[in-house]
Amino acid sequence: MPAPQCASCHKARAALRRPRSGQALCGSCFCAAFEAEVLHTVVAGRLLPPGAVVAVGASGGKDSTVLAHVLRELAPRLGISLHLVAVDEGIGGYRDAALAAVRRQAARWELPLTVVAYADLFGGWTMDAVARSTAGSGRSRACCTFCGVLRRRALEEGARLVGATHVVTGHNADDMAETVLMNFLRGDAGRLARGGGLGSPGEGGALPRCRPLQLASQKEVVLYAHFRRLDYFSEECVYAPEAFRGHARDLLKMLEAARPSAVLDLVHSAERLALAPTARPPPPGACSRCGALASRALCQACALLDGLNRGRPRLAIGKGRRGLDEEGPPREPQPSRPLTSEPVPDF
Amino acid sequence: MLCCRKLTPPGLLEWCSPSEQDVQGPQRLPLTPGDFCLWSHARLPLSDTEPAEARTGDQKCVKCKEGLPVVVIRAGDAFCRDCFKALYVHKFRAMLGKSRLIFPGEKVLLAWSGGPSSSSMVWQVLEGLSRDSAKRLRFVPGVVYIDEGAACGQSPEDRARTLAEVKLALQTTGFPWHAVALEEVFSLPPSALRCSAQEAAGTEGAYKAAVDSFLQQQHALGTNGVERQSQHCAQDPQSPTGPPTTAQTQALSRLFDSVKTLTAKEELLQTLRTHLILHVARNHGYSKVMTGDSCTRLAIKLMTSLALGRGAFLAWDTGFSDERHGDVVVVRPMREHTLKEVAFYNRLFAVPSICTPALDTKAPEKASIHRLMEAFILRLQAQFPSTVSTVYRTSEKLVKAPRAGCAAGPRCLLCMCTLDVDTADSATAFGAQTSHLPQMQTPVTQARAAAGPCCCAGMGGAPGCCKREDPRAQVMEQLCYGCRVNMKDLPSLELLPPYILSEAQLRSQRATAEQEIREYLLGDSEDEAGTGES
Repeated sequence: MPAPQCASCHKARAALRRPRSGQALCGSCFCAAFEAEVLHTVVAGRLLPPGAVVAVGASGGKDSTVLAHVLRELAPRLGISLHLVAVDEGIGGYRDAALAAVRRQAARWELPLTVVAYADLFGGWTMDAVARSTAGSGRSRACCTFCGVLRRRALEEGARLVGATHVVTGHNADDMAETVLMNFLRGDAGRLARGGGLGSPGEGGALPRCRPLQLASQKEVVLYAHFRRLDYFSEECVYAPEAFRGHARDLLKMLEAARPSAVLDLVHSAERLALAPTARPPPPGACSRCGALASRALCQACALLDGLNRGRPRLAIGKGRRGLDEEGPPREPQPSRPLTSEPVPDF
Repeated sequence: MLCCRKLTPPGLLEWCSPSEQDVQGPQRLPLTPGDFCLWSHARLPLSDTEPAEARTGDQKCVKCKEGLPVVVIRAGDAFCRDCFKALYVHKFRAMLGKSRLIFPGEKVLLAWSGGPSSSSMVWQVLEGLSRDSAKRLRFVPGVVYIDEGAACGQSPEDRARTLAEVKLALQTTGFPWHAVALEEVFSLPPSALRCSAQEAAGTEGAYKAAVDSFLQQQHALGTNGVERQSQHCAQDPQSPTGPPTTAQTQALSRLFDSVKTLTAKEELLQTLRTHLILHVARNHGYSKVMTGDSCTRLAIKLMTSLALGRGAFLAWDTGFSDERHGDVVVVRPMREHTLKEVAFYNRLFAVPSICTPALDTKAPEKASIHRLMEAFILRLQAQFPSTVSTVYRTSEKLVKAPRAGCAAGPRCLLCMCTLDVDTADSATAFGAQTSHLPQMQTPVTQARAAAGPCCCAGMGGAPGCCKREDPRAQVMEQLCYGCRVNMKDLPSLELLPPYILSEAQLRSQRATAEQEIREYLLGDSEDEAGTGES
């Protein structure tokens, strides 16, 4: 049976069906609709005012590629200027390939690109070094905990370097759904209370962040990238199998199979969670070391780095954070020989 | 640079510095004062290293330290039989006691499904009311059993057999019992969907005063009062309607067969069951209903409700008390008992239970969201043993608050929670783009970017521009988000029991009428009209 006509322009043959509404559209109408929806999100939420200098967190993956492309199309209408900021976490065999994709994109779109590396920002700690440091205790390495916190900090630094006023990331609706599932499973009431909005307005000196793709489902992001023939890097991180998010992701896939609107329903639920006031995190102050936004004396990035430098990488992970306040002499790792645990001789 | 080693049983820390390692091998180096701070550092991360090997074989009960343990609950706590029983009973009593919701002498309906958790709950109430228990429970219980065989597709012979077993079990409890068939939903009045005015919530003082007066009463009545109580227990059941007619059974089967997905079927069953239990409670003067949801089941229910779009109502769905129905409060006293504890208790103390096939028996794992979530949580629990308790603890942090800035608005027709769909909302009203399939006539929510606007309930658009004559749209706009998504799987709303349809019509008529006279009303007419529910 031949494909139906495009429901929008009624001229071309439909090339796809939108996952949520089942509407049949041709390629260009779909891309136009997608862009219109992102524009609407940004305008209705007043996320990026005219004249904003926007730092786009570019990882080379499909979400940030689509985000950069769409924002580039919409930039004249919104009156914003774009900078690509890529973060090099130092994951061998993965990040270098992704960065190559980002460089190609930057060249093709003629957008300025800045690369910030963990090794420069965090005193020689690359993700591979962190993984080596946290390995071997029999528990999970919790690499993603480190990477996530440090990447936020790196993105912030990169944005400041280019003089940006806003930071955007490419999180989509599936990410939001996974996040709420994950937060419930891990009992993270603080994050549950904070999440659900369209980004953060930027309190205490941090740059305002937002996620323009937040309402787009992952499938539509992939479809858009396909129809616009975007070049992106699609392998998953070397450390991804260890992440707890993997469980939430599997669950989400199964839920979507059982009920197609599951992602939307989860996002709806996430927006309407009502948590007790005591469960919410305290109003944030400033980190005593670096001055960034922090809900405790030390911001999470400084706390994690502290733990790494002291040879106790799990210091800031989990509740309690015993021993955090002991100001032992911080020791910097040698840049050439990252901190590793010595091989344990048998007793 | 020094490294710390795993603590060896005698508690000594042996460490060496790398430079001497290859020369002398590990040895206990003399501690200098300068080493002390490092040593204390090294001692601290005990939690990061492996826990000390549990000594099995000669373990004693962790509570009384004497008895031989028979069951391990939580992570490695072994209890002997008596201590386990004491813990179990204490949890039940404490749950009831600290909430101070159940007043002495109050009539409480126990919703018994025949399954292990509700059987255990009934057993606890039985034992708690018996004369020889310390500090007797003080309320007046009744038991209700809902026969759902028609919805689950059981044959009449199986149903009759199960019902006979159930009646026998109910009679042995000695409580007034009610065995109701689900088909009775077809004869429910529309008032079943109305939430009556709530009685004033009991304050601390009120509860204490009630307890004192009850004790005084008991004292004054002496033995007579006690005798009278036991006589109540042997009351005959009241079943004026008799067995369900074939027409009703067929109607119910037709309704459930027409639902397209198992998820929607389960939700519909739960809704109808709740309405029926509430109706029974209201008819016979019960002010509280106790359900036997265990900790594990509630954790699964919480995650399922999240996935179904009921994030706004989690506190009501999984909290201890659920007062959305107004006069009848649903209470969950088994909330802190994990399924494992329930199973072991039932086995150790021979609590009878009746196993009946449910809607999702033998369904594959991916058949419905409920099944999926159950399998997922139980699998995750095997890997991370604290999953259920973490979810439970998070659920305790949820509050029954309406959204900020949202006054008590209209309530959902089916689940009686305040509606959580408003067009002023960002994400889902927009992103949904009316995820309607071609066969639906009217859009459920409208697309903001669409060219032709169409008014939605409560937004005060031009009356009559919306297709209100369409009964499906009429019903849909009175449902909360979660119920709407479920109803999408029900292609024909006419098969629903008449009380739902007539109440829907009544409400929409009232809303239209109010729309017309809105400009003439002074102040908030909601209070006088009783939020349209009286």
